[in-house]
Amino acid sequence: MRGFGSYGDGIPGVDLSELSGWLVVIEGTDGVGRTTHVDRLRAHLERLGYAVAETGLSRSGLAGAGIRRAKQGNTLGSNAFNLFYATDFADRLEHEIIPALRSGFVMLTDRYVYSLIARAITRGADPDWIKKVYSFSLKPDAVFYLRIEVEDLVPRVLQTGGFDYWESGMDLPMGEDLFESFINYQRRVIHELDTLAREFHFGTIDAMLPVDEIADHLAESVAAMIQAGEAPTDGQPAEP
Amino acid sequence: MNPQDATYGSHTRQFPGRLFIVEGIDGSGKSTQLTLLAQWLRGEGYPVVFSEWNSSLIVKSTTSRGKRRHLLTPLTFSLIHATDFSERIEREIVPSLKAGAIVLADRYVYTAFARDVVRGVDPAWVRSLYRFAAVPTQAFYFRVPLDLALKRILSGRPKLKWYEAGMDMGLHADVQESYRLFQARIMEQYESIVKEFDLTVMDANRPVEVQQKALRRAIRPHLESMKEQVAQR
Repeated sequence: MRGFGSYGDGIPGVDLSELSGWLVVIEGTDGVGRTTHVDRLRAHLERLGYAVAETGLSRSGLAGAGIRRAKQGNTLGSNAFNLFYATDFADRLEHEIIPALRSGFVMLTDRYVYSLIARAITRGADPDWIKKVYSFSLKPDAVFYLRIEVEDLVPRVLQTGGFDYWESGMDLPMGEDLFESFINYQRRVIHELDTLAREFHFGTIDAMLPVDEIADHLAESVAAMIQAGEAPTDGQPAEP
Repeated sequence: MNPQDATYGSHTRQFPGRLFIVEGIDGSGKSTQLTLLAQWLRGEGYPVVFSEWNSSLIVKSTTSRGKRRHLLTPLTFSLIHATDFSERIEREIVPSLKAGAIVLADRYVYTAFARDVVRGVDPAWVRSLYRFAAVPTQAFYFRVPLDLALKRILSGRPKLKWYEAGMDMGLHADVQESYRLFQARIMEQYESIVKEFDLTVMDANRPVEVQQKALRRAIRPHLESMKEQVAQR
């Protein structure tokens, strides 16, 4: 029987055995096309008849507004920021992800704890500590990592509105100007994501492949995974 | 994701200042004792920074919203308070310790260890969460009989807040009764924390001035090497 586990001691007051849906994560830096692929995957799964929900980062009811405000003024210390993000994620996990999984939804998540861990490590957090902080999180059924080299990222970011202050690590900063800091910051984040990809066995996808090819791959992989997981109850008698 | 060394106290740094903290349940008289200590130290010429568990504005607005609308779960309650505490450590406590001040803190990480674990948070996880916290020079636990503390707090007919009374845990429908049960459980946690982290136990049943005398006597040895610095000012 399949079921959910967490990386650590679980979530206080939550019975993980009640969860029955699927948790699918799309990871990657900004500009790799995560939003496009979440949308296309959702459409595909809904065509197959699955109930799909989605969520992203910094959208929680509890801390989302506070994080947006803190970013505007750069008013929080970097460790406090790491923990503010963790609070926000925990709120989303408990109020969006878990209810959806309890109802048997396929939950598509546009980035997950890995991006938050990579972000924190790049800002100087101890890797062991920040992973332990996030050890309450659920282990996803699948993590797809849209991987790109920083050189290929630059033209995409220029096309879609330019360099974001935070996505360029300008709070640190990591270079003389926005462009240099962006390059150094993103290179470091990609390095951390690569490390996490090995540790947590992500399915890594080359984000430079044609969009249709990536979308087809995601659609087939996720549909196959769900169908394989469902097989024993799919009209067949259960094992005695 | 289970590294053994990522826990509170594994990560100590030495600073020129001193950090003294007081812990205890509500009504233990710890805040009174700390205020008296601060006055005495200032009178003696030491630079004193008084640190309370209050918040940076940004985090505070989130915490208040969460509390007002009962949005907080044991997990997010724990994390938002750690966020706040981290800001207090980074912006106030550590810079003051670096500058050579005597920092006096009313409640510290042990409050979170007690309160969050009562709410069902994993004890090892919450200890690791606070790894960034400076370890105090000496920590004092004001031990008081539960009934006495409850009498002090409840005789004023306070308007107990939802989370303060532990109403989120569903211990009892009556706010005051819930508060009693919640405080009793917190006290149990404190007793094991005292042993684990070697807190100095103060008998909070004695007269205020007797306790204050004992407190001053306890911290005096830690001030010896600071004397010269003060004299030079």
